[in-house]
Amino acid sequence: MSPPLTASRPQRVYVPGDSGALSVGADQVARSLEIEAQRCGLPIELVRNGSRGLYRLEPLVEVETPAGRMAYGSVRAPDVPDLFAAGFLDGEPHRLGHGLTALMPYLAGQERLTFARVGLTDPLSLDDYQAHGGFVGLRHAIGLEPGEIVQEVTDSGLRGRGGAAFPTGIKWATVRNAPLAPKYVVCNADEGDSGTFSDRMLMEGDPYCLIEGTTIAALAVGATQGYIYSRSEYPHAFRIMEAAIARARAAGFLGPDLLGSGRTFELELRMGAGAYICGEETAMLKSLEGRPGLVRFKPPLPAIAGLFGRPTVINNAMSLASVPIILAQGAAFYPDAWGVTYSRTPLLTYFS
Amino acid sequence: MSNSAAADPAPDHAGQVGPIIAAHRDRPGAMLPILHAIQRQLGWVPGAAVPLIADALNCSRAESCQALGALALEAHARAALGLDYYQTSADGALTLEPVYCLGNCACSPAVRVDDEILGRVDQERFDALIAGLRGAGATA
Repeated sequence: MSPPLTASRPQRVYVPGDSGALSVGADQVARSLEIEAQRCGLPIELVRNGSRGLYRLEPLVEVETPAGRMAYGSVRAPDVPDLFAAGFLDGEPHRLGHGLTALMPYLAGQERLTFARVGLTDPLSLDDYQAHGGFVGLRHAIGLEPGEIVQEVTDSGLRGRGGAAFPTGIKWATVRNAPLAPKYVVCNADEGDSGTFSDRMLMEGDPYCLIEGTTIAALAVGATQGYIYSRSEYPHAFRIMEAAIARARAAGFLGPDLLGSGRTFELELRMGAGAYICGEETAMLKSLEGRPGLVRFKPPLPAIAGLFGRPTVINNAMSLASVPIILAQGAAFYPDAWGVTYSRTPLLTYFS
Repeated sequence: MSNSAAADPAPDHAGQVGPIIAAHRDRPGAMLPILHAIQRQLGWVPGAAVPLIADALNCSRAESCQALGALALEAHARAALGLDYYQTSADGALTLEPVYCLGNCACSPAVRVDDEILGRVDQERFDALIAGLRGAGATA
């Protein structure tokens, strides 16, 4: 329950900073909200959250009220004075209003794991991330032996989300047992198939989740350097992800002394140059090495001889983003652990 | 990104490119970071015999965009700008490029202008965008 609204406490208003919302005017809406709030003498605190995924209603503006977050959409900049006049800061009805966001039919029936925080939190706020369960998995993992982390992920049944559905724990075990060093973790966020943008939504809406999952993978296999490889078509995702890495490192969630454990993991974001083929893992490794992104035959598997010829875990961004909750809640919590089929946890990008 | 093996028509960029290379050269696999940094700083990659590109317009052409009228938008863009793909306007301000997918499928069709993505672009919105870009260029 929020304290009552007073002039001294700014009202929190959410306007997504997700690429999709920006592409249909979210920045203009945010500016109008600030101007109108000042004109009305009603202080607001703007949060640029991720998208709830209701793209037909973007820009979807939410207002925090004592009853919960109220949704208005799709809002255009010229609608803003009218929203203020109707009292939307108190959650009053409006022709663009949808009531409590959590009760909107599209959202009410969802149980989110990987995307639990996307749209809810301020993507770059470490406090917000931790207030919503962030870094619980990493804190748990850092107290485990690497083999125990691998076992947890293996027992969860997590399979690769890039499409091939290879068991993630088995891939990690291969890298962990490979003799060469240093070892690398590469996060494949080079989603290029049209109609797919879940990596983008996650990087823009909950970047620390990807950082946490990648760091846990590094602890599991003994890697000290990681790369997130994404697309040049995602300039906003790149900016947010890069800022998140810098803030996480400054706060000790990355870098030379992870959470005071004395263990090192550095993470770097790399942007491709528009080549679709670089989403294929061996081409991606070439591109990361600074060479033309050409596919090569396997074996050797990247797990044995990957980036710069060293043992390398390459996981899809959605696979790595699924890892924190497994380490936080335990393998048995994760739906893939419930059965032998892969049918429980399809990840779909759905839009209409 | 624009580059080719042709001769550099403005070799004085060497003074700017050198420090960029120096800043990144020790990173493992530095090629792409260097190319991106040069592109970001200069707006192009010298060594290319193409005009200086101030704005690059990328029209998305993947399935979702096509389903919502991207083909008609492409035709309109070519006609309105008098440009085919990879051509640059006479004033050097606008270059039209195709792009496969911008990952903005739920708000198709999409257009990218430099680092801004625009969604639900119809002919009217495209014309307004171009007018805005030309206006901004004229007053800059």
